[in-house]
Amino acid sequence: MKSQLLSLAIWVPILGALPVFWLGSERRTLVRWLSLAVAIAGFVVTIPLYTGFDTGTAGMQFVEQAPWITRFNVQYLLGVDGISMPFILLNSLITVLVVLAGWEVIEDKQAQYMGAFLVMSGLMNGIFCALDGVLFYVFFEASLIPMYIIIGAWGGPNRVYAAIKFFLYTLLGSLLMLVALIWLFLESGGSFNILDWHHLRIGIAPQILIFIAFLVSFAVKVPMWPVHTWLPDAHVEAPTGGSVVLAAIALKLGAYGFVRFSLPIVPDASHHLAPLMIALSLIAVIYIGFVALVQTDMKKLIAYSSISHMGFVTLGFFIFNQIGVEGALVQMISHGFVSAAMFLCVGVMYDRMHSRMIADYGGVVNTMPKFAALFVFFAMANSGLPATSGFVGEFMVILGAIKFNFWVGFAAATTLILGAAYTLWMVKRVVFGEVANDHVAKLKDIGGREFLVLGLLAACVLAMGIYPFPFTEVMHASVDNLLKHVAVSKL
Amino acid sequence: MKTLYLLVPLAPLAGAILAGFFGKILGRTGSHVVTILGVAISFVLSVLIYQDVQAGNVFNGAVYTWMESGGLKLEIGFLIDPLTVLMMLVVTFVSLMVHVYTIGYMAEDPGYQRFFSYISLFTFSMLMLVMANNFVQLFFGWEAVGLVSYLLIGFWYTRPTAIYANLKAFLVNRVGDFGFLLGIALIAAYAGSLDYATVFAKRSELAAMTEVVTGWPLITAVCICLFIGAMGKSAQFPLHVWLPDSMEGPTPISALIHAATMVTAGIFMVSRMSPLFELSDTALSFVIVIGAITTLFMALIAIVQTDIKRVVAYSTLSQLGYMTMALGASAYSVAIFHLMTHAFFKAVLFLGAGSVIIAMHHEQDMRRMGGLRKYMPITYATMLIGAIANAGLPPFAGFFSKDSIIEAVHLAQVPGAGFAYFCALAAVFVGGLYSFRLIFFTFHGKERFREPAHDAHGHDAHHGDHGHHGPVEPHETPKVVTVPLILLAIPAIASGWLIGTVLYGNWFGTSLTIAEVHKGMATMAHEFHGVFGMMAHGVTTLPFWLALSGAATAWYLYIVRPDLPAVIKQKSGVLATILEEKYGFDRFNDWFFAGGARLLGRGLWKGGDQVVIDGVMVNGSAAAVGWISGLVRLFQTGRIYQYAFGMIFGVFALLTFWFARA
Repeated sequence: MKSQLLSLAIWVPILGALPVFWLGSERRTLVRWLSLAVAIAGFVVTIPLYTGFDTGTAGMQFVEQAPWITRFNVQYLLGVDGISMPFILLNSLITVLVVLAGWEVIEDKQAQYMGAFLVMSGLMNGIFCALDGVLFYVFFEASLIPMYIIIGAWGGPNRVYAAIKFFLYTLLGSLLMLVALIWLFLESGGSFNILDWHHLRIGIAPQILIFIAFLVSFAVKVPMWPVHTWLPDAHVEAPTGGSVVLAAIALKLGAYGFVRFSLPIVPDASHHLAPLMIALSLIAVIYIGFVALVQTDMKKLIAYSSISHMGFVTLGFFIFNQIGVEGALVQMISHGFVSAAMFLCVGVMYDRMHSRMIADYGGVVNTMPKFAALFVFFAMANSGLPATSGFVGEFMVILGAIKFNFWVGFAAATTLILGAAYTLWMVKRVVFGEVANDHVAKLKDIGGREFLVLGLLAACVLAMGIYPFPFTEVMHASVDNLLKHVAVSKL
Repeated sequence: MKTLYLLVPLAPLAGAILAGFFGKILGRTGSHVVTILGVAISFVLSVLIYQDVQAGNVFNGAVYTWMESGGLKLEIGFLIDPLTVLMMLVVTFVSLMVHVYTIGYMAEDPGYQRFFSYISLFTFSMLMLVMANNFVQLFFGWEAVGLVSYLLIGFWYTRPTAIYANLKAFLVNRVGDFGFLLGIALIAAYAGSLDYATVFAKRSELAAMTEVVTGWPLITAVCICLFIGAMGKSAQFPLHVWLPDSMEGPTPISALIHAATMVTAGIFMVSRMSPLFELSDTALSFVIVIGAITTLFMALIAIVQTDIKRVVAYSTLSQLGYMTMALGASAYSVAIFHLMTHAFFKAVLFLGAGSVIIAMHHEQDMRRMGGLRKYMPITYATMLIGAIANAGLPPFAGFFSKDSIIEAVHLAQVPGAGFAYFCALAAVFVGGLYSFRLIFFTFHGKERFREPAHDAHGHDAHHGDHGHHGPVEPHETPKVVTVPLILLAIPAIASGWLIGTVLYGNWFGTSLTIAEVHKGMATMAHEFHGVFGMMAHGVTTLPFWLALSGAATAWYLYIVRPDLPAVIKQKSGVLATILEEKYGFDRFNDWFFAGGARLLGRGLWKGGDQVVIDGVMVNGSAAAVGWISGLVRLFQTGRIYQYAFGMIFGVFALLTFWFARA
């Protein structure tokens, strides 16, 4: 089947961003509506990826192939399977919400702001569907640029430190990945096709080196403990939209890298180093859970909560059973909704109060009842309450972990207590109580646009919690295939 | 039939959604009409389903596939058998009464629609819990009732005590859920299914397994994990701490959620899992001991409470302890029977307390009451019925169920049963004492409400303007309050008479399993000679006289010599302090768990993240780069002669080296 859908998913937002840039920030109304139109168009073109998806095969679908740099056999090779497809939809949807969220709030250089997000959206889609190592690397690195600019240009007072920390951390990580990609290219006799690499035979020593090269790059992105400290800083300084994309999509890139590269290409090293990965994941769940508990800045708290939730993702991957891996993928999607919503909620309050400090709030429910209802709902999803998407992934990973080893499951399940503790304690101090001060007393409840954005996310969170079947259904064949790859030694 | 089953939980859900989202449009009346209608539909349907089940129609089937992964197929579905249908009847009936009562209780509250929405949502969640045919849905209902409980305890969200209590309730329950989820995950891992029927069918295989990593007998590990969940939800020692604080919520929900239904979810769950628990005497022993501790030690606290709702709350804890003991004694049907009678008489006590609170203008301190029977005859009569039933005196409902529990515990053979029997008997005396203390303190004796207020503060005061603390003139409450009281008082008397059918008529059929070796129930069935026989026999046994002497003690202390309690309190010094401090659990938890977690968090954050990772590793490597480049910069002076000198020196050194080698 000849299809240009994936190219559309990548290039519609990127090319659509050009006229947005060209309009400039003088014509704000036009800029907004055009950005929204592009974002929606970008989402619409991804819908056929789901409706036309064949759940029966583990093979790549919607494949596009064209020569790019023939000298090194680099190709413009795109395709998706059940693992990557949901993220393209998620990313395109989040872009629409980000455009809506920045509607009035961004006053300075709005065209550039919107444009940067649209470009980033296209690049992220590129990462999820690139099947050529160089193409993947180009998208992976290029997506840093708009995020760097967004934090650096529209961020808070300490944005430069945060932006540079973010950039250097992630760049240093990915340089090692480039080395690994080139090594694989040479080893495979001159192919950058990732799927070819899945069949390479590699000795254990190089496997471990490659694994570590990928690990450094992906662990920074996820982020895993102990290379996570860039994330709270980046979140705190980033504008709301930046935080949303960072949490909802950017963190998923690292996790996606593990399933696309590490696990299938170097399975023996993955098995060898699984105890390390599991330990790091559990540290993320527990250690970071405690750290989140004592945060005084809401964005930092949610940032730490993100790290803790991503710990579940990496845990799910490295226990090597189907429910664990699928649970991790479900957790990634769910976290995309929930963390986006949490950051948007903080954004709603920040826009009105210009503070992210928990201590500056109290009794928000008195003046913003509609908002409070939504915020409590998302907080519950963040604590993994059943019937919200937050539960499904955690539940699956815990089931998988207990199957793998009782004590691993035991440690992971502590999130039930920790997650509820840090999330609901924040809710108690921010939302409930008497009106804390005059600023809170003057708060206005959310308007139609904000309600639309949060309401859409709430609907997604609820739908995925009540009926996760369609989400896991698309993954089965691909995950099954992945696990088969992992089970066979490549030595 | 399946549509009917679906409609039972969905009708209250629809009510909740309408009142919640469209409360403004519907108005106050509209909101209570839709929610009451929803619950009424579910009650009527439950009655119909009950008749159908009586006719022998048991249903077990899926509604839809929730998820499928790794060979595990998780479905949402219903299991409708005698156990379920009994729970459905109790839940929908009490809920309906509470809905009606709320019209009166919350009449002046600005959050009227929200309250109705919440209690209907609760009814939906509880029905999902009891009707589940699998562990996933059970867990959904389990957490959803926890959520609504959280929302309702914190209903008056501006009050610091309320929002402290609801957070505490949620977190303590989460500790229980932690165990519960591990239990579920163990079942999934070893039975390969989370469907009740499939899991129970594999019970003998499971009984032979050991947990691979830990080496524990699997079935014991599973049952204890599941029971930890029950300890959270059903407020068993030491996870009981949240229930007394939950009294911060409005009284109708104390009756519905924290007495009649939600807190009994743990009891229901263990009964539902009886095929598993029966395979592990270790787990049963654990259950009976925890139940025994809860029964006696919580009852003791009830004696020293002065807040009318807290007395009832501690009494609830003690009664839940009785049910738990029954579970440990393999007398599941007795536990469920007591669950049912307790739901009625405790709802009466709570709603009665609420009625008193309304009459007293939101005063809850019994020291400011007294002599109310004259002013509130209906409330007095119904509460008296509730108290007698609670104390376990014949012919009221509590007698039959409590006496059966004591008998079952007496007959139990598992380790710890002797201790449990002692606790059960002692708690009967204490139960008589606190139940009648409540009645005498509130309704008899001197009228203390006209005296000026000391330090007492009504805990249930909605908002500042309702909390009169001057002298008040009590009056009987309106019909929407008294009618539900009367309707609940009837089963509080009469539901005990069903004992023959429920316990000994094989009424539960296959929904409960008892192992051959646990002969308690069989012996009791053999000795049972009808309702009157039991009463006649009852008055000759120890529990009856203990309860009576408890009541007599209360009469002596609060009617004959009302000056005595203060003297006793003074004389007993430390003991009274221990009881008033509730054994120090709250203090310890606050200090050790809440304080400790924050300390650990701060240590990890400041020490781990900021000093070690950011300070040493991240900024340290940046600093190292800076330091090295600073060193290198020393050589980059920009002066040509220095470079030239360096070069000459280098060439010279290399030449020397080369010649020296040669």
